[in-house]
Amino acid sequence: MQKTPNQKAWFLVLPVLVLVAFSAVIPLMTVVNYAVQDTFGNNRFFWAGLTWFDDLLASDRMWNALGRQVAFSAIILAIEIPLGIFVALNMPKRGVWASVCLVLMALPLLIPFNVVGTIWQIFGRVDIGLLGYALSAAGIDYNYTQDAVDAWITVVVMDVWHWTSLVALLAYAGLQSIPGAYYQAARIDQASRWAVFRYIELPKMAGVLMIAILLRFMDSFMIYTEPFVVTGGGPGNATTFLSIDLVKMAMGQFDLGPAGAFSLMYFLVILAVSWAFYTVMVNLDKREG
Amino acid sequence: MARITLDNLAHSYLPDPRGEDDYALKQLDHVWQDGEAYALLGASGCGKSTLLNIISGLLQPSRGRILFDDFDVTHAATAERNIAQVFQFPVVYDTMTVRQNLAFPLKNRGASASYIAQRVQTIAAMIGMESVLDRKARGLTADAKQKISLGRGMVREDVNALLFDEPLTVIDPHMKWELRTQLKSLHRDFGHTMIYVTHDQTEALTFADKVVVMHDGRVVQIGTPEDLFERPAHTFVGYFIGSPGMNVIPAKIEGARAYVNGAEIALERGYTALSGKVEIGVRPEFARLSATEGLPVRIRRVEDVGRHKIVRAEFFGHDINIVAAEDENIGSDKTRVAFDPARVNVYANDWLVEGSAA
Repeated sequence: MQKTPNQKAWFLVLPVLVLVAFSAVIPLMTVVNYAVQDTFGNNRFFWAGLTWFDDLLASDRMWNALGRQVAFSAIILAIEIPLGIFVALNMPKRGVWASVCLVLMALPLLIPFNVVGTIWQIFGRVDIGLLGYALSAAGIDYNYTQDAVDAWITVVVMDVWHWTSLVALLAYAGLQSIPGAYYQAARIDQASRWAVFRYIELPKMAGVLMIAILLRFMDSFMIYTEPFVVTGGGPGNATTFLSIDLVKMAMGQFDLGPAGAFSLMYFLVILAVSWAFYTVMVNLDKREG
Repeated sequence: MARITLDNLAHSYLPDPRGEDDYALKQLDHVWQDGEAYALLGASGCGKSTLLNIISGLLQPSRGRILFDDFDVTHAATAERNIAQVFQFPVVYDTMTVRQNLAFPLKNRGASASYIAQRVQTIAAMIGMESVLDRKARGLTADAKQKISLGRGMVREDVNALLFDEPLTVIDPHMKWELRTQLKSLHRDFGHTMIYVTHDQTEALTFADKVVVMHDGRVVQIGTPEDLFERPAHTFVGYFIGSPGMNVIPAKIEGARAYVNGAEIALERGYTALSGKVEIGVRPEFARLSATEGLPVRIRRVEDVGRHKIVRAEFFGHDINIVAAEDENIGSDKTRVAFDPARVNVYANDWLVEGSAA
């Protein structure tokens, strides 16, 4: 076949380039810009090289926030994934109750983040909140504004309440796609309930579970609104996660250089983990096929 | 291995069936002999899957009993029936190796490791999969997966029956033939009771000792492939089996003669007066074109299928098919059709009427 070179075709890519430039590259470059410069005011900047990155890597503050962040994501994944699967396994497969359950499960997902924060902020208050008041009345020493452990429990329970539904719905969709013949074959083979889960349900859910883990990891790693509304990052720095710390640094202290460097590293961590997940998922698909 | 008895069996998917039309499976009494290979043949929606599900225990029949040997299993769970089933789409445990797949039913029943190892080896040799025993089942082809599900069934020595639910649906055409042959030889060598559900007559006729033809929730004929071909008990059997199917022509019967639009056709046997819808059935293979004999026919089209010719023709306003030999010269003088009197069957209300020697 004869190919006619026509360089004008490049113009056809132009709209996409412009769009991506405005939506991603230019905003990101401003951050890169701040991350490698310093200023003494009057809008005059000078080159700072990798100083901010060096400082950041040496700062306990960042490492502590990162540690809290990783711990938070690990805890909520460890709770939400098994809990979501458990809920999905126990949801009715068909009939009116299946629809009722689906709607009930979807409800928490529809509530705006700051409303969720406000709900739990009030719910947990010792003076007027149902949960806080009830716990206090029962003699349990609970106060999320003063006790770091209580603050963590509150934030974790809030996230579990808000997002387990997502995992459950995804797992439910995975379960629904398993043909009835598999369960019948398992019955014929006298497989135990555990074996059915281990060898039929779990492998068939693997794909959607990877998506669930990825989504919940990314979301929890970037969490800001809910803990900010409930605890404001406190008591002390107990619930100051990466994004809360970043906002404090950028907006509170107006340290744009370090905040820029912080943003980039934050972004790279999420990118790296997401890439790893993506690779694993693609490989899973390949093995399926 | 067991003899399976269906006693007064019927099933309706409605909670409160009234008329006969409410039954997906109409009353059925039948004994599946121990060690025989049966095919359950019928069009989609004829009740064959319902029947299979009742035997496997997925469905509880509305009426009647089902016995394995002399043991009533009507309300027994699937696991207790000790049967095996191969499904339409291959069901294997993806994450396990072929070996683990084959061992799974034995492991669940608490067999000893050495017994399992020995059985798995035997079965792998039977289904020809020794070389892939340690591969994950996930990556195998559809026909290999079907063999694994078959192997999972046969690995239990005391399995009562092997049920097949259209097992070749997703298999490539050239593998279908091979799998069917393999299945047949496994049956010959090991003598399991096998029940094979299909809507494909070739599969049914080549696989089974006895073919059970179902139509509209009813068993219309149970017989050898030869019976079904020569003496279809119901017009549906005549139409469904054979390619093309039997010619069914409305007729009037008087003694040993049939009349189609007043024209006489000789019969081998005599019949008493018949009421209702009376028809004669002749297989295209037993009709032949002629220049002099028989009744007038108008040829519309001749299809040469290589092995023989199929003549599509009009016979007193009815469509009929005639099979002519490949080398037969079909000229314009062939204006008549003659039927072999011994091969003309008489049907009253769709059911075969046995005549008496004339």
